[in-house]
Amino acid sequence: MSGDTRDEGRRDDRRDDRRDDRGGRGGRRFIRARKSCRFCADKVDYIDYKDGRLLGGYIPERGKILPRRISGTCAPHQRMLASAIKRARNAAILPFATD
Amino acid sequence: MRLYEVLFIVAPNTEESDLEALVTQMSDVATNQGAQITKVDRMGRRRLAYPIQKFNEGYYVILTIEGTGAEIAEVERRMRVTDSIIRYITIRIDEDLKRADKLRARRASRTRSSGGGGGSRGRRNDRAPVASADTAEQEGEE
Repeated sequence: MSGDTRDEGRRDDRRDDRRDDRGGRGGRRFIRARKSCRFCADKVDYIDYKDGRLLGGYIPERGKILPRRISGTCAPHQRMLASAIKRARNAAILPFATD
Repeated sequence: MRLYEVLFIVAPNTEESDLEALVTQMSDVATNQGAQITKVDRMGRRRLAYPIQKFNEGYYVILTIEGTGAEIAEVERRMRVTDSIIRYITIRIDEDLKRADKLRARRASRTRSSGGGGGSRGRRNDRAPVASADTAEQEGEE
């Protein structure tokens, strides 16, 4: 399928991106700034589920948890964030779903 | 001993005095069972993210309880049968706090002993090695 091959190409680009980009060959190459974990930068050790304002930044329109490939959060912090969001949902601080 | 955070939401149509009575009643239940209340946080009236029992608002109260876990069961049972409490959540926080302490300690030690070894993980090491004093300084900044 044509859709599949397109997807494949995009993934390749991203992989190249992550390496130090040497540019040149291939022509179309995206140079994107490397995303960094905001929680590491702020030296956060514990993400509080009661902080609705902080968590709200990681739930887009639909109310889902923002994936780390978008936000650039590191794995340990994404785990903390995910559990905090899930707790906050039960405490009616964040919605389960919105449309 | 374990540290718990018991959050509960009281229906918005309860009187202020009833709310106060409820808070003391719940903390009494815990202390009678042998637990210690370390903190009582009344977050006040807040909007709920979604309706609970047709209420759109509620009074948030958080009790921080230090105990063995048996007290929590009793407190939860009491909350379940109290009609004006529309939601309660208990979260064990001692393990999370311990982990946070560990992370903090590790970070502190890493910045202090900014010799060689530690930096091998970073990508920045690709750079040509400069004088040793310089690299130490750069790692300290991270």
